[in-house]
Amino acid sequence: MAKKPTPEELSKINYSLPYTGWMYNPVEFKDGMFCNASKPESLNTVDFPNARKWSVKDEDWNLPENWKEIVLEAMKERLEKYRSFRLFMDICVRCGACADKCHFFLGTGDPKNMPVLRAELIRSVYRRYFTKSGQMLGNLAGGRELTLDVLKEWWYYFYQCSECRRCSVFCPYGIDQAEITMIGREILNLLGLNIEWIAGPVANCFMKGNHLGLEPHTIKSNFEFMIDDIEEITGVKVDPSFNRKGAEVLFVAPSGDMFGDPGTYTCMGYMMLFHEIGLDYTWSTYASEGGNFGFFTSNEMAKRLNSKIYAEAQRLGVKWIIGGECGHMWRVMHQYMDTWNGPADFLEVPVSPITGTKFENAGSTKMIHIAEFTADLIKHGKLNLDPSRNDHLKVTFHDSCNTSRGMGILDEPRYVIKNVCNNFHEMPEDTIREKTFCCGSGSGLNASENMELRLRGGFPRANAVKHVQQHHGVNMLANICAIDRAALPPLMNYWVPGVDVAGMHELVANALVMKGEKERTQDMRLEDLPEKEGAEDV
Amino acid sequence: MLWSRQAPEAQELPEAEMKTKMNGDDMATKLNDILRKKKPAILKRWLDAISATYSGEAAAFLKGQKNQFTGPMGYTIQEGLEGLVDGLIDEAPFEEIAPYLESIIKIRAVQDFSPSQAVAFIFHLKKIISEESQNTSDAQGVADAAALTAFELKIDTLALISFDLYMEARDKIYQLKSNESRDMVFRLLQKERRLLEMQEQGLEQGPNTETPILK
Amino acid sequence: MGALFSLAAVLLLSLVAYVGVELIGMRSFFGIVIPYVAVLTIIVGVVYRVITWGKSPVPFAISTSCGQQKSLPWINQSKLDNPSTTSGVIGRMALEILLFRSLFRNNTSELREGRLAYSSGKWLWLAALAFHWTFLIVLIRHMRFFANPSPAFVSALESLDGFLQIGAPRLFLTGAILLVAVSYLLYRRLAVRTVRYISLAADYFPLFLIIAIATTGILMRYFIKVDIVSVKELTMGLIGFSPVIPEGIGVIFYIHVFLVSTLFVYFPFSKLVHAGGVFLSPTRNLANDSRMKRHINPWNYPVKLHPYEEYEDDFREKMENAGIPVEIPSAKAPAAAESESGNETNDAEIPVGEE
Repeated sequence: MAKKPTPEELSKINYSLPYTGWMYNPVEFKDGMFCNASKPESLNTVDFPNARKWSVKDEDWNLPENWKEIVLEAMKERLEKYRSFRLFMDICVRCGACADKCHFFLGTGDPKNMPVLRAELIRSVYRRYFTKSGQMLGNLAGGRELTLDVLKEWWYYFYQCSECRRCSVFCPYGIDQAEITMIGREILNLLGLNIEWIAGPVANCFMKGNHLGLEPHTIKSNFEFMIDDIEEITGVKVDPSFNRKGAEVLFVAPSGDMFGDPGTYTCMGYMMLFHEIGLDYTWSTYASEGGNFGFFTSNEMAKRLNSKIYAEAQRLGVKWIIGGECGHMWRVMHQYMDTWNGPADFLEVPVSPITGTKFENAGSTKMIHIAEFTADLIKHGKLNLDPSRNDHLKVTFHDSCNTSRGMGILDEPRYVIKNVCNNFHEMPEDTIREKTFCCGSGSGLNASENMELRLRGGFPRANAVKHVQQHHGVNMLANICAIDRAALPPLMNYWVPGVDVAGMHELVANALVMKGEKERTQDMRLEDLPEKEGAEDV
Repeated sequence: MLWSRQAPEAQELPEAEMKTKMNGDDMATKLNDILRKKKPAILKRWLDAISATYSGEAAAFLKGQKNQFTGPMGYTIQEGLEGLVDGLIDEAPFEEIAPYLESIIKIRAVQDFSPSQAVAFIFHLKKIISEESQNTSDAQGVADAAALTAFELKIDTLALISFDLYMEARDKIYQLKSNESRDMVFRLLQKERRLLEMQEQGLEQGPNTETPILK
Repeated sequence: MGALFSLAAVLLLSLVAYVGVELIGMRSFFGIVIPYVAVLTIIVGVVYRVITWGKSPVPFAISTSCGQQKSLPWINQSKLDNPSTTSGVIGRMALEILLFRSLFRNNTSELREGRLAYSSGKWLWLAALAFHWTFLIVLIRHMRFFANPSPAFVSALESLDGFLQIGAPRLFLTGAILLVAVSYLLYRRLAVRTVRYISLAADYFPLFLIIAIATTGILMRYFIKVDIVSVKELTMGLIGFSPVIPEGIGVIFYIHVFLVSTLFVYFPFSKLVHAGGVFLSPTRNLANDSRMKRHINPWNYPVKLHPYEEYEDDFREKMENAGIPVEIPSAKAPAAAESESGNETNDAEIPVGEE
């Protein structure tokens, strides 16, 4: 660090470069703001091109010689394949409505984190090479040469976008930065420029069926621990099955729920619920991942990973599918799966065997969200619930980006939570539902090395949680997303100490009165429940 | 919490100033009155100073953020600065002021600042206060030098606290980072161990002690 | 930079028309050739752009859902913000195109220092809405130059527009609002630092151009009057493909027409095509029904998979030991299947390069 004698001089440090416009400020890789480069082994596992060892801060990224050609060719191809891409390249008027809608911009103040400018990073290249005006007038028409600096800038900022779509809600033309980021990352992947936090899980998921790389026997042994815990808490022994042919329902959850807490508590919640209602269902070790980090890589990789779900449903001969609590998983299931790997004509339209409700809204994919399923059970009075067992919690609900803006499942989880908890408080209006703020770690950015980025990006969310903590004493942040369950605990720990994070079905499990259960003295975390005043036998 | 411990003393008052301490209370009140009137100007200058540590676009953006939820960074910083100024003028105890300081420091601790840059904004206040208190057309005249020195000492104390808060925040970040890595390695080790156990003992029984994956 | 350049460009264009008409006397060129070229360009250009967009497929149903989805019958769906039917989509698009629904979301009322205040987003919405609507009305008003007698609805619109009955000729409100709104948009682009940062020459140019067009139009109507009968003779000639250049039309008219022609020519090559593009935006014009109906991707292609059989080959023994059912018990499995996990086997699927 240079010597900085007086505070006044310190304040004179001007981070703004001389005004030359954003196009000419080369990217500066700041520590804590990016993830580590992908390893060649991970890329080789899924046959990605140009797999090699490289490092972000190296001057030379060892790019293939014809990298420019590859990029421009890839852009051309995608302009022809995606109306979204072509349209979003053409019609932005740079009104700036999206500028202050991005959590990364709100948390960093870095102008290139404004969605419009993030898009302009690639749009400027589009104008230079794919429009007449850009070809003729170049910079005057907003065009920009594709250089190594530009490519590095793409990499830095496309991996600083969590594809949350919040900008798209406010854009008068519905321009969706997530779409542009996805295509941008897809192009970078042609040059082997992924991050290991995504590439590793993708390779795992392809070979072993889940991001964490849990092998079938490990999955089973993990479940055995959870089953033991459930028995300890409730006195009921649940008995989930794996890869069982002839079950009525295949259940697919994000693998994060099978491994790390607090996801495991949610996973225990799934099992207890299904056990209690006697659902004929099976887990699969082959399709043991609901999430899809391929989606953060390329359309093709996402499809390759996603294919396992229908394939397994068909192999096992189930009638329909339930999906667990996960954010981007549901964007994929809702908007992509059927298109990629359907039609699922070997399945039946989901009908709840308990309530008889036919889920017409999943008439084609034959897959429903567990919040839909549970909300329907509660509405029909099929669950015996004791919400007072969550009385030690004051709960608020964080809408996940993908489920709110790429699906619209907003009221189902709220209905469930309000039925299993007595203390529920919404965060402020501008920060929930379709306007929800990202956890700051979505789209595969929940690595450790980019913690500063995550903390900054998550700040708007944390700030709203802090508000309900101060005003309502909220101490539990509920959600329906595995990445949230992994990313929000450190976020809360830093910004809002005292607030814990739970999946919705953990709260359901706390409240669920099971047949033959013993009197509960512990919640799902094996923590003692506060003494109740008076007997509240159910 | 840090500020519940005793606030560090910046330094003992020099003896010469001790003499003026007799009528110090009056003087301090007078200074506080002047500063209270000047609060909007002080806040504006201080916000300008802290904004200047960000890039041009970010600075303008920061100052424009007034909404608590849609502009949380600007709001938090502005709210924090105001809380600090109010606290100093009203001679609130440090434990009441510290949360405002903490909310600002936490933000700066995750941004691209060196430690000194992150906390330097505290010192700007000294200059602003001294200029604003001298530059008054108030009938009461300029503030007493001793009262001003005493006020500045409070700012120094604040600066010392802010170093602690900054370090606490950075420690927390490292801790979060290492926790995540540790958890991952830990789980892998657990997995390996469990594998061995299973190979040795056959598969039906898991270890019936505590449940490692849930830790 | 961009702003100054654009301003200079617009002034230069005005000068070109002035010199061309007043000094060189190229009335036919500026009054006949240029307008024809401009109209042809905008029509062909926009049609080309829309066809290009229309031809590019929409592989996925990527509607941005801005409200509650349709799921269980007792949960209230947000039918306009998250439509699941065609009529819902039409409603959503109507709100979007006629009222700028999404831009309106910027309006967050907030309590600031005890008073209800609005963020600047409201002004963007208001100015944008005022600008686009008045522009449309002004455009429609101009139809009186292209039909004889001028259509009833145009006259009705005119009398509505001039209802204040101020001055002679009567002041058209829309012209004034248009100028104010577009000036605000320019002001905002210059004054809001983040917006200025993202602005390109291509953002300032149309603003200056439209300001110049509105100014010349207003000047012509109220101040530097031109012979309206002659103007109509010219415009009727244009529309009837028997163009004439009547005597005595002031140069201001030619400047106005030249600037409008520039706008027309510029339109299809610039961001101004958002006017057409907004209809095609897949995040807005698709129903959120992708689980009800299968959305077809025309270029969907087979990809290399890791099928279950290979997975079982990798883990058969471990699965059996863990009591997980397998398709082919290892006793009967071929020797190859007994190899350890992690081996990559050749896929029977069609191998494709990374897409």
